[in-house]
Amino acid sequence: MRQETLEIVTTRANPLIDPALHVWGWEIPLYLFLGGVVAGLMVVLAGLSLKSTDRPKSKAVQLAPFLSLVLLSVGMGALFLDLSNKLNVYRFYLAFNPTSPMSWGSWILVLVYPVVLVTGLSSLSDELRANLMARGFMQKPSVAKLMRQAFSFADGARRPALWATLGLGIGLGAYTGLLLGTLTARLAWNAAILGPLFLTSGVSTGAALLLLFKLDEAEEKTIVRWDIVAIVVELALLGLMLIDFGVGGAAGELAGASILGGSWTPWFWSVVVIGGLLVPLGLNLIEVNKHVRATLFSPALILLGGLTLRFVLVAIGQESSFSMIQ
Amino acid sequence: MSGTPRYTMVVDTKKCVGCKACVLACKAENAIPDGYCRSWIVEEIRGEFPLLSAELRSERCNHCTDAPCVAACPTGASHYSDGGTVIVTRDKCTGCKACIASCPYDARFVHPEGFVEKCTFCLHRVRRGEQPACVEICPTQSLHFGDVNDRESEVAQLLAARASKVLHEEAGTNPNLYFLV
Repeated sequence: MRQETLEIVTTRANPLIDPALHVWGWEIPLYLFLGGVVAGLMVVLAGLSLKSTDRPKSKAVQLAPFLSLVLLSVGMGALFLDLSNKLNVYRFYLAFNPTSPMSWGSWILVLVYPVVLVTGLSSLSDELRANLMARGFMQKPSVAKLMRQAFSFADGARRPALWATLGLGIGLGAYTGLLLGTLTARLAWNAAILGPLFLTSGVSTGAALLLLFKLDEAEEKTIVRWDIVAIVVELALLGLMLIDFGVGGAAGELAGASILGGSWTPWFWSVVVIGGLLVPLGLNLIEVNKHVRATLFSPALILLGGLTLRFVLVAIGQESSFSMIQ
Repeated sequence: MSGTPRYTMVVDTKKCVGCKACVLACKAENAIPDGYCRSWIVEEIRGEFPLLSAELRSERCNHCTDAPCVAACPTGASHYSDGGTVIVTRDKCTGCKACIASCPYDARFVHPEGFVEKCTFCLHRVRRGEQPACVEICPTQSLHFGDVNDRESEVAQLLAARASKVLHEEAGTNPNLYFLV
């Protein structure tokens, strides 16, 4: 068969977009990972708390909302570092573009802070509240009064705040994936499945982060079970993504090339799929079925896998563009 | 005239010799820094030696009617302007680069000063009644610019009379940069 050759020469000399798009470095995958972890924490915390009218039993779950705000701030710091026109960052909050997931995300992030703060304050036990109030800076009457009012408001608003935490957590987790999924010019991102995939991975990594701390036995059992479900769903979604690449013709082939034989193949299969999902799934199933006490190994692997998933997907999207289709 | 104006550029690939005058005129007109360009030349060679065919294309932003960059922009910095041209307002641009990632033509880049840059169809010249710099400089008159909704315009008549194509039609963005083939 005669092989037709194709040669393309371009005078374009743009180091930022040739030979492959490379506009997003480490900052965006780190932000997407931390955003996902926080979304997962919000979903898990709200899920645990909505199951009963009591406050969470373990200190870790009581303090987790505040940890999630710290992690979100670190993630937003990474996002800020990525901006090439940093002085205009305030422009995100002078506009709302309903077709831009980044715009949705900006506003969701603003809503997350007060809602999670209320959830956090209402989750603190009497003991933790007393410890907090006994601190030096809390001795000022005006500060003490303000804190008492804050606790009173948070206790009253606990149920609505928990529902809002759940909704915003789902929104935050899905947005981190849809942010890439709507950038259809990048072949590997041209999939709505990235929304549920990142949300599920967020729930899994958020649950894993909680499992690194000492939890109440019942809480731990519940979280491990939810983590198992999240991992199984995530595996199924990754499978669907690969099928999408497989049936996507030339575009699908180019989209999946980097993880199906290309440069990101070892990272995707060994760290994300095997190390970050299959091994922890096996360990979690053993913990549940054999009633073995959980170790830190499984959650640490899930977190590493979740972080690597973001790096791999951000990279393979930038490596696959329409200009590769001839 | 019929309907609202739709600014369109038509590139005659049969006339283009790839001299790059359009690239340089654009750089000079718009003060594009070294190492960057808003327009560029693509030389595409197909076939099997010695039966080869070459196509020279002067490429730039396609000013899509359904521009994904405008949809992706969180601040409204990327927006539609006169005749449907897609423009970036520098003061609103945060440099988030969502528009760059969303462009199927890879027509955008980050200016060293931080904002995102691209072809404007030289709207500042068009508003003065002049042609874009690349069109005016082209020594073989292979570049044509005008309102495609005006049936009397040169671009409308060229597109009616000659076979043409757009790039990456499958992206579904309804580009307004046509190539006569």
